[in-house]
Amino acid sequence: MISNSPTVADGGAGTAPPAAGGVGSWFSRKNVGLLREVALLPVLILLIVVGTVVSPAFLTVSNFAGIGQQSAALGVVVVGESLILMIGGMDLSLEGTYGLAPMVAAWLIVPIAAYGEGTDLSPYLGIVVLIAVGAAIGLLNGLLIVKGRLNGFIVTLGMTIVLAGLQNGIVKAQTLFNLPPAFGYLGAASIGQVPVSLIVAVIIFVLVGLFLRYQRTGRAIYAVGGNPAAARAAGIKIDRVKIGVYVAGSVLAAIGGLMEAGRVSAVTGQQGYGEGIIFNVFAAAVIGGVSLKGGRGNMIGAASGVILLGIVQNILDLTNVSNYWIEAIDGAVILFALFLARIVGGESTAETS
Amino acid sequence: MTSSGQALVEVTGIEKRFGTTRALHDVSLTIKAGQCLGLVGRNGAGKSTLVSILSGLVEPDAGTVAFGGEPAPRVGDTARWHEWIATVFQHSMIVPDLSVAENVFLGSTPALISWRAMRDRTNGIMRDWGFDIAAGTLCRDLSVEQLQIVEIARALARGAKCVLLDEPTATLERDAGRRLFDRVRQLTAGGVAVLYISHHLEEVFEICQDVAVLRDGELVLAARTAELSRDDLVLAMVGQNHQTQSIERPVAALVGHPSPGPGATPADGEGVVLSVEDLTADSLRGRLSGVSLQVRTGEIVGITGLLSAGVATIGRVIAGAEESSGGEVRVRGRRVPSGQRDVAQRAGVGYIPEDRHSEGFVPHLGVAENVTMTITKRLADRFGLLSPARRVAAAAPLTGRLSLVSSGPGQPVGELSGGNQQKVTVARTLAHDPSLIVAITPTRGVDVASKELLLGSLAGVARDNRAGVLLCSDELSDLDICDRVLVLVRGEVFTEFTEPPFDRDALIVATEGIAQEAAE
Repeated sequence: MISNSPTVADGGAGTAPPAAGGVGSWFSRKNVGLLREVALLPVLILLIVVGTVVSPAFLTVSNFAGIGQQSAALGVVVVGESLILMIGGMDLSLEGTYGLAPMVAAWLIVPIAAYGEGTDLSPYLGIVVLIAVGAAIGLLNGLLIVKGRLNGFIVTLGMTIVLAGLQNGIVKAQTLFNLPPAFGYLGAASIGQVPVSLIVAVIIFVLVGLFLRYQRTGRAIYAVGGNPAAARAAGIKIDRVKIGVYVAGSVLAAIGGLMEAGRVSAVTGQQGYGEGIIFNVFAAAVIGGVSLKGGRGNMIGAASGVILLGIVQNILDLTNVSNYWIEAIDGAVILFALFLARIVGGESTAETS
Repeated sequence: MTSSGQALVEVTGIEKRFGTTRALHDVSLTIKAGQCLGLVGRNGAGKSTLVSILSGLVEPDAGTVAFGGEPAPRVGDTARWHEWIATVFQHSMIVPDLSVAENVFLGSTPALISWRAMRDRTNGIMRDWGFDIAAGTLCRDLSVEQLQIVEIARALARGAKCVLLDEPTATLERDAGRRLFDRVRQLTAGGVAVLYISHHLEEVFEICQDVAVLRDGELVLAARTAELSRDDLVLAMVGQNHQTQSIERPVAALVGHPSPGPGATPADGEGVVLSVEDLTADSLRGRLSGVSLQVRTGEIVGITGLLSAGVATIGRVIAGAEESSGGEVRVRGRRVPSGQRDVAQRAGVGYIPEDRHSEGFVPHLGVAENVTMTITKRLADRFGLLSPARRVAAAAPLTGRLSLVSSGPGQPVGELSGGNQQKVTVARTLAHDPSLIVAITPTRGVDVASKELLLGSLAGVARDNRAGVLLCSDELSDLDICDRVLVLVRGEVFTEFTEPPFDRDALIVATEGIAQEAAE
C-alpha cells in the first residue's frame, strides 16, 4: 500500500515524516477505517451482556422494539446535529426546534377547547407546517451565523431560549393531547413488532450516509468542515452549503420532534429544551466519532452512538435505579462512553472517506 | 575561520523510519561553535525529520545526538533541550496576543512571574544583540521580520548555543532577508552555532561556511561552500543520473518561446482573456491603488514587487478570493464581480493560492478528492452522485503529469511532503481547464526539481491550452517563464519589462521603485 503508485516514475519526494498512518502492510488505511467504524461494537456487546444479566426482560423483541422507538426520535436529531458539526458549526437550538415545531403544528390542528389556535388544520397540512417551521428556524440560524458572522454557540443558545419560550407562550404552558392519528402515526404506529419511527430513522440514516459518501454536496460538507478556505478556493459555495446544512439539521430536528409527540401522544411544554435532550444529541454524535472541529464523521458512527445511549438508558430503566440517582448515573455513563470512544477511536476519531 | 571551534552538536548514525518510508539513513554531522552550516535537500529528502530530531521532538530509531560531548537530554524534555539548541520554525510559533517579553519567555516562566524581570531581561537580550524591539510591544503589531527576531531572541534567552533556522527567508522581503544575514553573522561571531535550512542556494553560498546535502534520507555531501559551485550542489541534491533532462526540458523549452500566437496584438480584443481596469483594494496584504493590465490567451504575465506592494492582493482579487474597492475585472470580456471565488471559477479563473496550508487543500481528505474538488459538478450525474472510482480516474492523469508521489489516491494530503501538497493544489486548478490561471508564489517552499516541474506545467497550459497565466511572485526565478513582467510599487504598476530574459538586477532595482530615476 505504501509503495509508490505505478503511474509515478519518480518525483523524489516521499511522504512527509509525521505520517499519521505510518503503519504496517495489514493495517492499511482501509482496514484502520473499518476498525474505527466498528470500534463501538465491543462496547455494545458488553452492554447487551450486562443488560441480559441484570434483567430477564432485557433480551426480548418487545424491549428492543421499545428501545428502537425511544431512540428513533433522538437518532433523527443526531443526524441533523452531525451534519452541522461536520461543517464545523454547532446548533444548540435543535432541542428548541424539536419542541416548538410539533407544538406549532399541534396548536394549529387541535380545536380551541383543547388549547388549539382554532384553525383546525388538517393533520397532513400540520406536518407541512412542522417542516416549514423547522426550515425557517434553520434558515434564520444559518443566515445569522454565516451571513451575519455571529458566533454559532451564542446564536443558537439564544435561539433555544426564544424557541422554548414560544413553545410555552403560544399555548400558555398547556399540554396538547388528542392529536389526530395521522399526526401521531410516525411516532406511535408499528408494522408487526417494528415501530414505524424506527424504520423511518433507519432510512434517514442510510440515505444521509449515502448522500455524504456519494453526492457532491455531501462531499462538499467534508471539504467545508475540513478546511473552509481551501473549499472556497476550489469554487465551492461554502456559504450555501453551510446554510443548507443548518436548514437540513433543523428540519430533521422537527421530524424528530414529530416522532416524540406521536410516541407520547401529546406535545408538552417540556419536550426538547425542558428535557435537555441536546446533551444526549451531542454525546451520541461525539461517541460516534463525529468531530466537534468539523470535517470528520459518518453515519455508521453516529448510529452506534445513538444505539449505545439507548441501551444504557434502557438498562437503567430496567434495573429500577432510584429516580433520584438516575440522572447522575446516566451522565456518568455517557462521560465514560465518551472516554472509551476516544480510546478506541484514536486521536482523530472516525475516518471520512 | 570561525568554524574551527569546538563541536557543539554531534549527530552520529541517525536512522529513522516512518512505517515503510525510510526518512533518514546513517546520517552523521557536526556543528561547531561559531559555524553556520547550511542544510539543503529536495522536499522529502529528510530535512524536516532531521529538524524534528535536532529539536528534540522526534526520537531517532538508531544513532545518537550529543551536545558538547554529552548525550542529549531525553526526547520531550524541552526545557533542557532548549539550553543547547532552539529552532526557529518556518511557521511562526508566536502567540500574537501576548507581548514580546511574554513570547520570549513562553513556556520557560517560573511559577510566579515577575513582569519587570521578564521585561528587563528581554530588553537586555535585544540590546546585547542590537535588535530594536521593545519588550512591552504586543506581537500582533509586529511585522513578519520582527516576529522572527522575537523567535531568535527566545532561543537566545534560553541560552541555546545552537540556533536552527528552518527556511527563515521564506516569508521575508528581500531587504529583511539581508538584515537577517547580518544577524546570522552576528550570532556566529558571538560563538553561537547556526544550522541554516534553505531552498535558496544563493543564500547558502552567501552566509554558510559549510554545507550538508541530504538526498533520499542520506547525507550525500558535506563540504566547505567555498570549494563548491552551484552546479555541484544541485547535482548532489538531485542525484547524478536523476532525470536531469526532464527537469530542464519544460523550462528550457519555454524560455525563448514566448507564446502569443501570430496576430495576437495588444489591441486585439479577441485574444484578451483578462482585462483589469483601474483596480483598487484595501488589503492587509498590501493595497492596490489603480492597477490596469491585460493578459492575452497563451500569454504568461508576471507581477512582482515587494511583499507589501500588492503582488498577492492583485492575484487574490482577480481570483475572487478577496474583494476590491473599485475598478473592474473582465474575463473573456465578461465582468466578474469581486470577492466571489465560485463565480470567478465558473468564469474560468483558476487559482493557485499563496498559502497552500490555509487555502490549497483539505488535509484529511484524499489526493484524488482534493484534486477533483473543482470539478465535482462535471464528474457527477444529474442527481449529483459521483463514484469514488470516477474521482480517482479523473485525478490520475493530472497527478501523473505532475509526478505527484503518494501511497495512493486515497492518501490524505496532509500526510504528503510540501512539494507534493503544492502539486495537489496545482492539479486541482488545472483540473477545471481554466482560461486564466492566477498563481501566487506557486513555488514557495518547494524544491528545485518540483519547482521547475510546476512552472513547466503552468507554461505548458499556456502553450497547449491557450490559457492566460498571471504569475504573482516575489521569487524572481519564477519569472523566467513569463512573456512580460509588471513591477508593482505601493499598489501601482511602476514599470513593465517586455523582453525576456529579464535582467535580475534591473528587476530588483525596479521593485524598490528607483529604476526610472536610475535609468534616465
